[in-house]
Amino acid sequence: MQRKKMLVFAAMVSAAALVGLAGCTTDPAVTPPSDAATTPAESQGPEASSNEWFDAALYQKQYDERGVTPEGPADQPYLQHINAEMIDTAAYKADGAKKACFANASISNPWRQTGWITMNQQLKVLQDSGAISSMETRDAQDSDDTQIADIDYFINEGDCDIFLISPNSTAAMTPAVERACATDKPVVVFDRGVQTDCPVTFIHPIGGFAWGIDTAEYLIDNLKAGDKVVALRILPGVDVLEQRWAAADKLFQEAGIDATDYFTGADPAEIKKIISDELAKGDVQGVWMDAGDGAVAAIEAFEDAGKPYPVMTGEDEMSFLRKWKDTGLTGLAPVYSNFQWRTPLLAAQKIFAGEQIPKEWVLPQSPITVDELDDYLARNSGMPDGHYAKFGGENLPGYPEVWEKRMIP
Amino acid sequence: MSALAPKARRRFGTTAIVYIALLAVMIVGAVLVNTAGRNFLSPGNIRDILTGMSVLGFVAIGQTLVILCASLDLSVPYVVSLSSLLGATIMAGNPANIIPAVLVTLTVAAGIGLLIGLTVTKLRVNGFIATLGAGLIIKGYLDTQYKGTAGSMPWEFQLIGATGVGPVPVSTIIMLAAALLVALFLSKTRTGNHMFAVGGNEQVSRFSGIRTSRPTVVAHMLCSVMAAMAGLLLASRLGVGSPTVGTQGGYDLLSIAAVVLGGTLLLGGRGSIWGTIGGVAIFAVMDNVMSVIQLNPFLKDVVRGVIIVAAVAVYTGRAIESRRPRFGRDSQSSMYPSVDLQLAMDQEKERDHEPTS
Amino acid sequence: MSRQADAQLSGSQRISRALLTLISPRGAVFLLLIVLLLAITALNPSFAEPGQFIRFIQRVAPIAIVAIGQYFVIVAGEFDLSMGSLVTAQVVIAGNLIGQDDSRSIPVLIGMLVFGALVGLVNGLVTSLLRVPSFIVTLGMMLALLGGVLYWTGGAATGNPADGFREIGRGGIRNVPVLDIIPWAVLVLAAVLAAAIWFTKTPFGRSIIAVGDNETTARFAGIRVWWVKTSTFILSSLSATIAGVLLVGYAGVHPKVGQGYEFIAITAVVLGGVVLGGGRGWVVAAAAGAFALEALFTLLNFAGVASTWRDGIQGVIIIAAVAYSAAVFRGRRKSPSVTSPISGKEPEPFAEPAHSAPQSRPNEGNHSTQKEVQ
Repeated sequence: MQRKKMLVFAAMVSAAALVGLAGCTTDPAVTPPSDAATTPAESQGPEASSNEWFDAALYQKQYDERGVTPEGPADQPYLQHINAEMIDTAAYKADGAKKACFANASISNPWRQTGWITMNQQLKVLQDSGAISSMETRDAQDSDDTQIADIDYFINEGDCDIFLISPNSTAAMTPAVERACATDKPVVVFDRGVQTDCPVTFIHPIGGFAWGIDTAEYLIDNLKAGDKVVALRILPGVDVLEQRWAAADKLFQEAGIDATDYFTGADPAEIKKIISDELAKGDVQGVWMDAGDGAVAAIEAFEDAGKPYPVMTGEDEMSFLRKWKDTGLTGLAPVYSNFQWRTPLLAAQKIFAGEQIPKEWVLPQSPITVDELDDYLARNSGMPDGHYAKFGGENLPGYPEVWEKRMIP
Repeated sequence: MSALAPKARRRFGTTAIVYIALLAVMIVGAVLVNTAGRNFLSPGNIRDILTGMSVLGFVAIGQTLVILCASLDLSVPYVVSLSSLLGATIMAGNPANIIPAVLVTLTVAAGIGLLIGLTVTKLRVNGFIATLGAGLIIKGYLDTQYKGTAGSMPWEFQLIGATGVGPVPVSTIIMLAAALLVALFLSKTRTGNHMFAVGGNEQVSRFSGIRTSRPTVVAHMLCSVMAAMAGLLLASRLGVGSPTVGTQGGYDLLSIAAVVLGGTLLLGGRGSIWGTIGGVAIFAVMDNVMSVIQLNPFLKDVVRGVIIVAAVAVYTGRAIESRRPRFGRDSQSSMYPSVDLQLAMDQEKERDHEPTS
Repeated sequence: MSRQADAQLSGSQRISRALLTLISPRGAVFLLLIVLLLAITALNPSFAEPGQFIRFIQRVAPIAIVAIGQYFVIVAGEFDLSMGSLVTAQVVIAGNLIGQDDSRSIPVLIGMLVFGALVGLVNGLVTSLLRVPSFIVTLGMMLALLGGVLYWTGGAATGNPADGFREIGRGGIRNVPVLDIIPWAVLVLAAVLAAAIWFTKTPFGRSIIAVGDNETTARFAGIRVWWVKTSTFILSSLSATIAGVLLVGYAGVHPKVGQGYEFIAITAVVLGGVVLGGGRGWVVAAAAGAFALEALFTLLNFAGVASTWRDGIQGVIIIAAVAYSAAVFRGRRKSPSVTSPISGKEPEPFAEPAHSAPQSRPNEGNHSTQKEVQ
């Protein structure tokens, strides 16, 4: 035993020595963060997140943005922007085709798959026009650690002209994005944000609070105080999803709606069980979802229990739109604008052309109402159920076969 | 009936195969990387591979110990997440808190490992179920207690995840140092030696006077501590603690796969840390190559699945001939603590009777 | 409790034995199930209504069937981690190949069964002939199957198959008195369970337990171990296929359907008192384990437990249930069975440990005779 202790001690000393040694040879690419740079674009700081997801300022910002008429070409929502502060990108102006490096969080859900298909078709257009030479993509398969390594790999080996980053999570990806910024090459972040304003632009639809406001207001308008709403949520701890619920929960409480939330893991079998149990307990007047895939199972639970359809908010996923049409239920399809997947590459084109772009590029995000339902169904008639109606790729090459056959590179 | 004597020779043999397999994967990988117009041995690529090894390496070192004792640990992803949060929230951006935060985190992890170990040895709950349950309990705590990422790592601690000596990340050096420590622990200490014995055959070990529960408890404690190291490393890379970072990596099944890939017997009693490191390296090289050649993410999983099975098949195919039975697969029921002394006696008896019946 | 006593039981003894069984390790799962069902009923009396309860059985059917399949693999001393992915794969296959064309239902169903059997065959052969641990084989299969099916379908985006096919998992015989509906899923579960019970009583079924109990002994006794093991994997894959057929009806096509079923099934089987590592267990208890787990989830729904706490509660109950079994088991072992010259294992009132080879049994049907011969 004595020997063991000695050994352990010796090894610990040597390990500590190694750490000390290594600390002295810090890679020059790694720089300490400047304190000023950490004012987050989306103010979901670590302090705020450990308490509650509700952020009054951000809530108000998104509440207002819903009412703003976006600027930009009317028929190209992916180029529109809301309340934009334009910045000059002349510093990045350069001729010739550029190489884009895309660090993707994952393509593990139908929304991301649809967007990924669209992005690749957009890439073809820009390759043909000579703006982008190629795009190298690393897919982090939903892992923060992998995505950090992916970004570091791009910095070291990628020979990139521009970094496109769809962060897997907000706070965790901040140091890696700062390292990408430190290369002085343009960085474009889209979908989820990061807690630094070093990227040239951050592209995203209005946001989770807007989703929560749109959906909760719709349910409140169509229900009365005391009515029961079942809220189906995918999983805890993801900011874009938590913000949807934070807004809806606040509004439900104010309106006296009795809302109960469940985590479903997006598994339709789980959704159906939850709804069935709630229906066994008592009547359910409304269903709220933080993402629409699996909505059909929720509706079928009402059918199987022989109960009247609820007032329901799903998403612009085709399965929900079709079921909505078939059943004629009172519903709304909130949208987390899938066409945003086109914008990063178009932003890259604008950056290398030295054009002005928004510093925070807020894309429009408006729900599909019952009046628009037929139109969106007709436009996407051949699309699979996992397709998203507002994918915005109708004017891209390969439409509609690429999306219909779901050709994922 | 000592399981110790032939161990060294065998271990060397299987570990050598693992590194031959690693070499083969690297050669194939280098060719593929080359066709993608990249250099496999460039500093950035080496760094990518080694970084990929660090976190899984920590977890797999701990998992090796547990598997040697014929148990399993499915709770590691949650211990990893919990540790990242504990470390980040206690440090709270203040470098002065680094030492206490690390100590508290490792202590909590050791406590979790102790509880798991006692559940396995004293309550006789199978390791699979004990750790599955423990993982669920920790997950429930994480979901209730933490809303998303929390805390923040001081810059000094972030350096561990972000710096390197040449192309070698500090995190990898620490991981290898930990591997060395654990390897020494296994070969030089009594408890370490007994892990092989307990995993090989618990009943025989007990006959030999070994306190069979102690090695298993220690293995579970060390496994949780190693998972906590992985969690702290992840927090240093992320800059914050995250309640999902452990599950994101799929460290439970991947670490078990890496351990088996490294030549450790899933039934316990035989294996080595360096084999495990080789197994981890195979995974890291594989992931690196698949990312460089931009393989479709869905196909990545297919390749992973096929390679895991194929690699282990190559190893077991060879091992069967070199193995010849002392502890063949017939002793497998002894891997489960709920089968006790009487069974061992019965089995011995049955074996004796077999030729005549 | 010795085996000789088992055979002599009759009448009231049988009832008292059933009660005793409830607190025995193998019966613990039934006790747990009863407690959970009573708790649900206390919270929500309508649960006990026949119409509601049959719906509950319908809901449990897929997971119970998966647990029954997993039982065979575990009792033979192996694991099948690929069941969840196979369920998902079958659900997606049904959605993609049947589409809205009812006439394709039968051919595709046959195709799915063949595919399921093939998956099981590969799992089994790699495990038994190449000697790769089943944990690794089926882990690889789990990754490869899910990745493959997602690659093939571009993320499983295609919608549900024709309603006729979904009727198996969703519909039933309607307008039944008292019950209102007898879901097809309940009938399928009953059929699968009956077949499983019958199968465990056949010589081949017994040889599975023999292999799991002691492979070497089984081999010396003339059992073709590789084939017995392979067949258990085929059984588990077929059961995952059937669960997939039910789930595509119950829930629809989604890549998350079936996810995690392998662990739920293993948990259910262990809750049912089946020993990981093989050689001991009762298939009905495994199915009861699935019911207990599902009842637990239902109870949490009815009790309005905060969604973030559920996993923790589930974890505590799993460990407690298994610890209880282990404690009772050890408590029993300290008394008479130590003197048993035959087997140190827990007495088996229902299923056979089958230490002896099939050919050495003069009387297949009689439990006590078999033991004495050995």
